Amino acid sequence: MANLKDLKIRIDSVKSTRKITSAMKMVAAAKLRRAQDAAESARAYSQRMDTVLRSLAGSFAGVEGGPELLAGNGQDQTHLLVVFTSDRGLCGGFNGTIVRETRRLIHELRGKGKTVKLLCVGRKGGDLLKSEFRSDIVDRITGIGGKKGIEYTEATAVSDRITAMFEAGEFDVCTIVFNKFQSAMTQIVTSQQLIPFAPEDAGLGADVGGHELKAVYEFEPEESEILEVLLPKNLGVQLFQAMLESSASEHGSRMTAMDNATRNAGEMIDRLTLKYNRTRQANITSELIEIISGAEAL
Amino acid sequence: MADRVEFELVSPQRLVKAQLVDMVVIPCSEGDIGVLPGHTPLIGTVRPGVVDMYENGKVSESIFVSGGFVEVTPDRCTLLAEEATYIHDLDQGTAQTRLDAGRQDLEKASSEIEKANAEASIKTAEAMLAALGVSSAAH
Repeated sequence: MANLKDLKIRIDSVKSTRKITSAMKMVAAAKLRRAQDAAESARAYSQRMDTVLRSLAGSFAGVEGGPELLAGNGQDQTHLLVVFTSDRGLCGGFNGTIVRETRRLIHELRGKGKTVKLLCVGRKGGDLLKSEFRSDIVDRITGIGGKKGIEYTEATAVSDRITAMFEAGEFDVCTIVFNKFQSAMTQIVTSQQLIPFAPEDAGLGADVGGHELKAVYEFEPEESEILEVLLPKNLGVQLFQAMLESSASEHGSRMTAMDNATRNAGEMIDRLTLKYNRTRQANITSELIEIISGAEAL
Repeated sequence: MADRVEFELVSPQRLVKAQLVDMVVIPCSEGDIGVLPGHTPLIGTVRPGVVDMYENGKVSESIFVSGGFVEVTPDRCTLLAEEATYIHDLDQGTAQTRLDAGRQDLEKASSEIEKANAEASIKTAEAMLAALGVSSAAH
């Protein structure tokens, strides 16, 4: 039979765990609200960017010698996957689902005989992928999003890096893998191809009106000049959007996970308390029997 | 055709402004353009400067933008700006510090990209100061 003191210690330890998880839940809920606002208000920009770019891309379709960021460099041998995960754990299946999708993509690409390179944004992604794909990880970027939330400049720093790599011919196709925020309960693992720009693949701008695409635009300055500036910028914006979506998803996922943990801890405490009380009662009963039988013996 | 333009100003962080206006003047890289209802569809780059919204023949609001893109359709005008600040929120001190920081960066810049970035931030800060000068002269 379990010792009363052991049970007591056990109950206390679960109680303090519950305190921690419920505090984490509150923090995640507060952060979620901010991250969600940021992600949703930023969608406006990336969607409109997408519209403009599509109408531009449309006028370039089939034209030889377009910018490489738009048309690609004519090869698709080396793929770069940019994987967005969190820096911290304790957020349920958030990182797990991303890593699983990444692994699936890598195997699929390798099956087709392609070379895969990985750029991990967020500490956890690198940690989880390094056992299997250590030699393929180009770099790991951590510490995205400070006290004030994610800054646009953090995204442009990453996009400058990717552009430089592309120009140096280190990869041919760039795809990002991130959790798109749906609600606190659901996050959708999304993979989106950034280089070359794939209009039919743009997951974020799906609800753009079709009629606008056909508008014939005047350009000031020339189309090619605009594209040269717009394409790297679009890269930054899409990465920024992915970072925001990913951070909102992380907080949502953590909130749900911590809510579950708090509830489970509560159940465990109830079960242990019941056991504690039963044991205590059994002890008293057996002591009483001892006293009574002792008294009878006299 | 609508008799007003639906003007939208979006920054990466949020939708800054969405409003019906009579006319909006945008500082494009090859000169300012005024957008009235029924404008030809146009896509253009924007230089750092001030966007003026006109209503009833007067400037109703002025917003400073640090460059970006504009898309014009006959009834809409969408401006994608990297940064957007209301003129009355601009502050000469911060603009000046930005200018100085930009100049320092330019001196230290080693690569082409760094140089371009520094030059861009100098231009933005200069435009910011100019905007402040203009608005203080006007009022």
